Amino acid sequence: MSQDLTFLSAHELAQKIKNKEVSAVEVTNAHFDRIEKLDNKIQSFLYVDKENAIAQAKSVDEKVAKNQPLSPLAGVPLALKDVMTQRGVPTTCGSKILENWRPPYDSTVVKRLKENDVIILGKVNMDEFAMGSSTENSAYQKTKNPWDLSRIPGGSSGGSSAAVASYFAPLAIGTDTGGSIRQPAAVCGIVGAKPTYGTVSRYGLIAFASSLDQAGPITRNVLDAALLNEVIAGYDPMDSTSINQSLASLSGAAQNKDIKGMKIGVIKELGGEGWQEGVLENFSQAVETLKQLGAEVVEISLPHALYSLAVYYLIAPSEASSNLARFDGMRYGLRVGDDGSHGVEEVMRLTRAQGFGPEVKRRIILGTYALSTGYYDAYYGQAQKVRTLIAQDFQAAFKKVDVLVSPTSPTTAWKMGERVDNPLAMYLADLATLPPSLAGVPAISVPIGLAKEDQMPVGMQIIAPAMSDHKNYQVAAALEHAQGELLISKIGDLASKS
Amino acid sequence: MSKITPEALKHLAKLARLELSDDELATYATQLEVILESVDKIREVAAADVKPMSHAVGLTNVFRKDETKPSLDRAEVLAQAPAAQDDRFRVPRILDEE
Repeated sequence: MSQDLTFLSAHELAQKIKNKEVSAVEVTNAHFDRIEKLDNKIQSFLYVDKENAIAQAKSVDEKVAKNQPLSPLAGVPLALKDVMTQRGVPTTCGSKILENWRPPYDSTVVKRLKENDVIILGKVNMDEFAMGSSTENSAYQKTKNPWDLSRIPGGSSGGSSAAVASYFAPLAIGTDTGGSIRQPAAVCGIVGAKPTYGTVSRYGLIAFASSLDQAGPITRNVLDAALLNEVIAGYDPMDSTSINQSLASLSGAAQNKDIKGMKIGVIKELGGEGWQEGVLENFSQAVETLKQLGAEVVEISLPHALYSLAVYYLIAPSEASSNLARFDGMRYGLRVGDDGSHGVEEVMRLTRAQGFGPEVKRRIILGTYALSTGYYDAYYGQAQKVRTLIAQDFQAAFKKVDVLVSPTSPTTAWKMGERVDNPLAMYLADLATLPPSLAGVPAISVPIGLAKEDQMPVGMQIIAPAMSDHKNYQVAAALEHAQGELLISKIGDLASKS
Repeated sequence: MSKITPEALKHLAKLARLELSDDELATYATQLEVILESVDKIREVAAADVKPMSHAVGLTNVFRKDETKPSLDRAEVLAQAPAAQDDRFRVPRILDEE
């Protein structure tokens, strides 16, 4: 029985809890049992929070007993990316500089999860400060891809994607700056959505690049993602870039499988030479499926899309170098060298040298360079201008089509260690996910098949205009429905993997 | 485009308050060279008259009312500080620096 519970979807679990077929405590314990038994293989969790989770589950069961109204995901367990502050619970951001830090406040996302009675099982692994595409930049542990334990789970939300694909939780929160929800979801064969920038509050999301950071759902099916997205989205005065405007129903769109007459654009620039053949093959098949479902498919060019990598690797590190200045060892986190012999600046330098890992230092230096006198106009300033051109490409495209599609990532999950010493090769994993991030528009990754070369999952990215997240869910649900069984059901028994 | 020398890198590290070892300086100099070479292509885009985009939401000057509200609990905040004294953060000496 308890094993079976972990294999149910979030919406099925919520229904069973509501119908008193199973208690929220039983559901929560079933997931903890599986984590205890199998996470030593995957290493997705950094902190398992039984005490708070069980207390939350008990309060849901009390509401059920009293027949009180329940939120659509009440009692359903969730894995929280360790970038989100949760009051009193260790929050490391994958970094040694925040080891043992217990935030004095809840992020808005956590606040909304608690208000909706979603059970937070604990904190999951990530690339340090969300910088990376493989989760190998975590200062704590290397998370494995549950499809093949010798491969990376994607990143930076690799703990979230691995936990959901391992059936440790039906729901996870990820964050996406340049692809950190979509790429890990794609390479783990599950669903990940980056909402329209500004629709999910960034309050308490430890900042990497503020103009791009956005939290979103990672789940095993489209409807669960829509339900979680609805829980976390909403205007928040604590975030000055929060949009005071409601989205159309996402769960409604995720149950509307009709895409007849919809216009879908295939992005010309995202594919071709250098892309894995098995990825392109699955993508073409999925495009065929969309046609069979009655969509009208055309090719669309985004002339500036291929500048996205350059634009992103100037803008994101620039913002990071500024945002991460707050980690100075004065008010929270690590402090090194405070023995009376060092002044404050030296203590800051020593603290940051010891507290930050190589990729974080690399990006801080790169950002400092791009913002420094003499280079600002040529790099950061120019990048901001080209960003405008990329956004305009999308605006022009959405005059012709309802949504755009591309493969989510140029390759499937690679072997661990393969790209660690080659930052540029690592950055290429984000090639397709960067353009919508820079434009601030919503995008979702949905599984479409296994690549012939390595039998690893491939995702399709669907992109909609700002505030039209529902269109992504509608197309993703149609694709999912057309495939019949979920791709993740082919993952095989984790207990027998090594 | 100018090369990033270990000396220039040292200066950047100082600006960023990062203590870097000689090994790190050498590795980063090589890696940043490669990264900068790849981002350099944005210079070929004619964008002189384009308005720079600082973020995706067209909002400017978001104000709130200037009202007193409860702030974070002082004891809880100071409990997370590396060092605290007399209800305040204790920091290393800030005078006598070079």
